[in-house]
Amino acid sequence: MLSIRYEAPRSIAEAIHLLASDPGAHVLAGGTDLLVQFRAGAKQPSAFIDVKRIPDLVGISLDTNGLRLGAATPAAAICEHAELGRLWPGLVEAVHLIGSAQIQGRGSVGGNLCNASPAADTTSALIADRAECVIAGPGGERVVPAERFCTGPGTTILRRDELLVAVVLPRPPARTADAYFRLIPRSEMDIAVAGAGASVTLDASGTCTAARVAVGAVAPTALLVDAAGQALIGTRLDEATLSLAAAAASAAARPISDKRGTAAYRRHVVGVLAKRAIVSAAARARER
Amino acid sequence: MSARTYRYIGTRPIRHDGLDKVTGRANYGADFTLPGLLQGVVVRSPHAHARIVSIETQAAEAVPGVKAVITGKDIPETSARLALGAEGAFDLHDIGDNLMAHGKALYEGHAVAAVAATSIDAAREAAKLVRVVYEPLEPVMSIERAIAPDAPILHADMVTKGRPLPGTTGPTNIAGRMELKRGDVDQAFAGADVVVEREFRTSTVHQGYIEPHACVARSGEDGQILVWCSTQGGFIARDFCALILGIDAARIKVIPSEIGGGFGGKIPVYLEPVAIVLSHKAGRPVKMVMSRSEVFRASGPTSGTRIRMKLGAKRDGTIVAAQASLWYEAGAYRGSPSGAGAMCCLASYAIPNFFVEAHDVVVNKPKVAAYRAPGSPMATFATESLVDEVARAIGMDPIELRLKNAVAEGDHAPYGPVYGPIGLKQVLEAARAHPHWSAPLGPSQGRGVACGFWFNAGLSSSATVTLNGDGSAGVVTGNPDIGGTRVAQAMMVAEELGIPVERVRPSVADTDTAGYTDLTGGSRVCYATGMAVIRAAQDIAEQLRSRAATIWNVDRDRVAWEPGRPGRVIALDESPDGSVRPPLTIVELASKMAQTGGPIVGRAAVNAPMAGPGFAAHICDLDVDKETGRSTVARYTAIQDVGKAVHPSFVEGQMQGGAAQGIGWALNEEYIYDADGVMENAGFLDYRMPVASDLPMIDTVLVEVANPLHPYGVRGVGEVPIVPPLAAVANAMRDATGVRFTELPLSPSRVLEGLGTIAKG
Repeated sequence: MLSIRYEAPRSIAEAIHLLASDPGAHVLAGGTDLLVQFRAGAKQPSAFIDVKRIPDLVGISLDTNGLRLGAATPAAAICEHAELGRLWPGLVEAVHLIGSAQIQGRGSVGGNLCNASPAADTTSALIADRAECVIAGPGGERVVPAERFCTGPGTTILRRDELLVAVVLPRPPARTADAYFRLIPRSEMDIAVAGAGASVTLDASGTCTAARVAVGAVAPTALLVDAAGQALIGTRLDEATLSLAAAAASAAARPISDKRGTAAYRRHVVGVLAKRAIVSAAARARER
Repeated sequence: MSARTYRYIGTRPIRHDGLDKVTGRANYGADFTLPGLLQGVVVRSPHAHARIVSIETQAAEAVPGVKAVITGKDIPETSARLALGAEGAFDLHDIGDNLMAHGKALYEGHAVAAVAATSIDAAREAAKLVRVVYEPLEPVMSIERAIAPDAPILHADMVTKGRPLPGTTGPTNIAGRMELKRGDVDQAFAGADVVVEREFRTSTVHQGYIEPHACVARSGEDGQILVWCSTQGGFIARDFCALILGIDAARIKVIPSEIGGGFGGKIPVYLEPVAIVLSHKAGRPVKMVMSRSEVFRASGPTSGTRIRMKLGAKRDGTIVAAQASLWYEAGAYRGSPSGAGAMCCLASYAIPNFFVEAHDVVVNKPKVAAYRAPGSPMATFATESLVDEVARAIGMDPIELRLKNAVAEGDHAPYGPVYGPIGLKQVLEAARAHPHWSAPLGPSQGRGVACGFWFNAGLSSSATVTLNGDGSAGVVTGNPDIGGTRVAQAMMVAEELGIPVERVRPSVADTDTAGYTDLTGGSRVCYATGMAVIRAAQDIAEQLRSRAATIWNVDRDRVAWEPGRPGRVIALDESPDGSVRPPLTIVELASKMAQTGGPIVGRAAVNAPMAGPGFAAHICDLDVDKETGRSTVARYTAIQDVGKAVHPSFVEGQMQGGAAQGIGWALNEEYIYDADGVMENAGFLDYRMPVASDLPMIDTVLVEVANPLHPYGVRGVGEVPIVPPLAAVANAMRDATGVRFTELPLSPSRVLEGLGTIAKG
């Protein structure tokens, strides 16, 4: 009969040890993806390593440098954090799109990253916001940019004995804001057919001085689209520029046709979404 | 009839089963348990079309805890048929083969074996060890492929029933064909000023009831069988089990649970006979519960369709001719609702010349089941889209055009009979008068209107009303309560007996307790079972007259029943001493039951061969994002002739629910298959039914044109509201985009393809 171990370590070191000592062990954060995959028979771990009792993995800390999100912090805590919503409205919107209110009570941004769905809403927003992933392993910590964390559908750069402990974001400079848009046929309870996040920095005259655009669900991983961001810098985000950025986002897309949408549709609509995200981020930046 | 004023009918009392349902206390199909209960699991075919070469069960039987393993060999191949009303009949051979494949697996998910074990884990483990050797065959996944000359044949013995296409010889995938005609179509088209013709397609869609199929069966050593299940009819479930398994109906008792939606999909049996056979073999009760994936893959959706239709009209808006060729997928066995589609698609309009042919085509998808007005929505999608095109072509208001052609009392329905009093014109007038019709539209919005028709059913029903000693009453019927029918029945008893609704206890009884009653379906319960309830209550009133006559020692004819508040009898003449007799109330008479002749029980059994047809018109405003192809229903109004609304809240709920399902059908719902015929979206995440936030509050207008067949004028209301939405949404899309979409669903990618923004994928 089926038998699975459950461990709830209290420290990162303990968690790393448990992971290193059992090749079949799987990290459990909110479990909103893992338990579904487990019940469907897609994943059959020998042990669940529940990381929610590790203090370093849960919590939101904000200082002058930026934000540190414990990897297992529930999405609901992020959605309810007023200052986060003010500084990174796009990221918080993306978090708010995860599942339902019930799912957000369990699911976490770290879990969303580690599940490595190409369609994960938070990943594109994190990439646009220059997020970095703090990874702990037997040899200590390493830090990698969010756009390098996922390596394909369901796969990440994490080694078996490593743990994502936090996501850190630099505090946005003056007149900087972000936005995230996704396309789902319904209004909620769905998975992105395509998604796009943008972060835009304007100078006092309204000229774009920095920009990042990331797209999701149109390639094996969420992508940072450098060409789209570059197209915006030095412009006042006129219509022609926005179209160039949209085209760059579409060009970067390497979508597949599946039950959620055709490749042609995804390629087109990710450009539309990128443009909308840029326009929204710029409008927010102007208000700062 | 219209002069009658009601005390309870038309009010909105709280339903008797409401608290249990909102608190989670109500018992649904999966809630039942028994000592020694085994868990049953079905082994399903991974192939859409395959010959079963061999099945080995020894390894599964060896798993600890496994008590029984069965295959198709354990389900008899019967040739029995079960009649439903005058016309309908179920071919039980097919239902039996659908329960468990005998020679061929005919769709992905087709049951091939089943296991019962002491735990669900053991049952699942054993199910994996049932070794089935398949010889995969080419799956037939579309009408085009099914009717191609070189198509693989699903059933070697299948011939076309009805009127086969000329030249059809030998086995075929066209299970049935029918024709309906009137007048001279060719001549009428030749004389028409405007002719519009299009080909339409709709996808396979599922009812999407929230409660999966579930049952517990116990087969005793004495051959007595108990079944608890979620079903639309205890009696039909019992009779299916009895006939398929060759068991006397008297040996089976079916206890229907509360039901979490059915929409027609819980008329067939999928698990019950399997659970009985497993229980018989194991000697212990067996519980079976489908997963959501199994519900999608192995219970009945409704047909995907291909429909070619042509309408001809005069410049003044008179529709003079219609021609249609309907092709409906039946799934793996004959029995699509193509015939109903043919009969419904022109039923709203008085068209002097038409020719409709309807084809029933088998494909390697699950056997279709009834789905709310089965067959009508798809064919009506074609008709109402073309009526919209005619209105545009001649520059006429689409409601005006429909009013000009709408059927009325005395018109011949296209399927034969003459309409009695019907309310389509009143419905259209109400639609035109509704503020929605004249409200301004936003820049990215379009508006569509469409009509719909459904026959409604009558069939057989029984009811028992028992008067209690305190003057309260109980009413027992055999219809699982899907749409609030219990409270409606209590209201009818209250109305007839003049006692408050809260003093009437309505019960849904098992097959040993209730008199024979046909299933909950066909929008028939409030109408036909309601008639039985009213008569059973009137039977009580008649008995109360007799009791009063006994008490007063007068002739029964001298006593009258007044269903006032409270219900009472009055003496029509003076007492022997010349004084006026004070009335006797139902409470007084009930308290004297034992002294005046014993218990008072009212009974009635009705057979209602006909029903009052239902018509509806829906108005839809669609907001279309032309950059993404995504659309949102901005405003929606459903107008319907409901005969007489017994409990208006539940009538409105039916209209809103039907509209919601129809909107889902129009916008995003579809079965998606891979190249091998394996369903890719067998779950609510990717089978995109609307969620609550997708829809605006759906406004309702109840038009009441009394149905003379029913004492209160009730007509069926539950099905017709799913008929108009497909075209109402598509017509709104046409209005918003300038493009006529003829294929559903109107998913974002299909819309952008239609607008020419992207290439077809």
